[in-house]
Amino acid sequence: MKLHFRFLHIIFLSGFTILTACKNEVEPEFNPSARGRLLLEFDNVVGTRDLELNRGVYRNAAGEEFSVSQLQYYVSNIRLRKTDGSEYVVPQDSSYFLVQEHKPETHIIRLSVPQGDYAGVSFILGVDSLRSTMDISRRQGVLNPTDMSREEGMYWTWNSGYIFLRMEGTSPQIAPDPSGNRRFRYHIGGFGGGFGTPPVRTINNIKTITLSFGRDIAKVRNNSTPQMHIIGDVLKVFNGSTTISLAQNPTVMFSPFSVNVANNYANMFEYHHMHTIVGR
Amino acid sequence: MKRTAFFALACVLLAAAVVVSCGQRDVNPMIEVSTPPHFPPMIYDLNKNPVTQAGFELGRALFYEGQLSRDGTVSCGFCHQQSAGFTHHGHDLSHGVDDRLGKRNALPIQNLAFYRDFMWDGGIHDLDLQPLAPIENPVEMDESMPNILEKLRKHPHYPRMFERAFGTPEITGERLLKALSQFMVTMISANSRYDQYLRGETQLTADELRGLQLFKQKGCDHCHSGGLFTDQTYRNNGLSLAFNQDVGRYEITLNEQDKYKFRVPSLRNVEVTRPYMHDGRFRNLEMVLDHYSEGMEDIPTLDPLFKRTDGKRGIPMTAEEKRLIIAFLKTLTDETFLHDKRFSEPE
Repeated sequence: MKLHFRFLHIIFLSGFTILTACKNEVEPEFNPSARGRLLLEFDNVVGTRDLELNRGVYRNAAGEEFSVSQLQYYVSNIRLRKTDGSEYVVPQDSSYFLVQEHKPETHIIRLSVPQGDYAGVSFILGVDSLRSTMDISRRQGVLNPTDMSREEGMYWTWNSGYIFLRMEGTSPQIAPDPSGNRRFRYHIGGFGGGFGTPPVRTINNIKTITLSFGRDIAKVRNNSTPQMHIIGDVLKVFNGSTTISLAQNPTVMFSPFSVNVANNYANMFEYHHMHTIVGR
Repeated sequence: MKRTAFFALACVLLAAAVVVSCGQRDVNPMIEVSTPPHFPPMIYDLNKNPVTQAGFELGRALFYEGQLSRDGTVSCGFCHQQSAGFTHHGHDLSHGVDDRLGKRNALPIQNLAFYRDFMWDGGIHDLDLQPLAPIENPVEMDESMPNILEKLRKHPHYPRMFERAFGTPEITGERLLKALSQFMVTMISANSRYDQYLRGETQLTADELRGLQLFKQKGCDHCHSGGLFTDQTYRNNGLSLAFNQDVGRYEITLNEQDKYKFRVPSLRNVEVTRPYMHDGRFRNLEMVLDHYSEGMEDIPTLDPLFKRTDGKRGIPMTAEEKRLIIAFLKTLTDETFLHDKRFSEPE
């Protein structure tokens, strides 16, 4: 009986403490050891216009008109920076995503993260070198080289490695190929593999993108899921430290020139705004 | 009474489980893949893909399966024929579906467990991932893996074979590739007359022994070294660029120094793997040795080994020396391997 009384007393006191805490803080209480959700939305645009596959006609800095028929890229190795400066690293095995413009469901990356306040994000545009050389059993989901159609393939079978960003389209300024198409194909990859002893490294187009949420704070709570809206500007693939002409470079794949494309697209992402969804 | 019945039932179940598990072990025994005495250490990690009888049989069936190609006509074994040391007999360049012509000569499939990387340019560094290249190449099998997996899932035999090899009938790309690797890593050629000679089981003729001596004396073994008869490097041996400007290794490394370099191929079973070189330009071994003695072109990336102090290129050899060297090369033919029924197309 006595024991019961003491137990009730503890419950009462702790309940009181929680109530007080809620009253004193402006923010809803969260438990840093509990998890919540944070969403990264990749919204691809062309300059100030939305990216419309096949339909939209755009103009690059070289003055060429172009349309995009396909855009896909890997987002991997995601890290979230908290307002206190600490970092949450998404476990690597579940940190590979493929954004495909023609599949809207791939535009939103859903992460399970500890509840807390987040101020920024960083990710690799592409696939890290370690994963690029792992056993096939460690390449599941979007990394599975045996689960890709040819049209959407993101893996070079003849030169083992992933394509980090794949963009295709047309431009009237490109000379017609033997089938009469004025197509461009940009398949950019290269993880800096080594050859020989000591190894001579090949091109490394792995780009780490770091974005700050500015004045926004992504508050991950039991009942609050921030959705961070990130803009990917296709125009910056062509316009950047190198102004790239489609007529002069209709096909860029595994070649020294691809480094210029990667250096350009390293700057194509920008944090834009945040929505907060009530619930998880 | 009830308790006794339960106990009896448990005993029966346990016994059944033991029988089943023992049975499985009997159904799918392990196959031991060992390193021949004078070979370098094995590179393929058998721990991540232990070879079993059922895995090997599945791999063999897949190796000879035309459904791995777009129109069902081209299997791995189509261009890798056992009697030709698993190369495409008589073809300078191999052709795939619709008779489309490739740009390089099919390499032999033998001793692959001991190789660091694959293909003439070394672009692939994991045997498990190797089959994807010919499967997806439009001028070879021209097929996609998702299509192949769908075809195999509907096949009357494959689900059962995958179950025997991997425990469940699920057909995945990973399993398909691992099964092909299980077949390929067992394909070891180490029983040529030369191997038997090394093991003290046979004698070589006087000509063959003289050829072996010349092979070393002329420095052939500098690149064609060790038990595999290759040092697994990429070199330029001065092939004329007049009709073929294939840049070879450069496509993989993008290093100017690697232009026109190709894999130093193994010489095992070289007698039956004609034609020779990455584009099959030489029909016989005589033409190959003629190239080495006086056919080399001066190309910037020509291997320094071939540059002579008198300003000429190549390895001086008399006609008689060539004849003897070829006599030696023919001792590397492994009749056991070339006729081993385990590696032949299943009946």
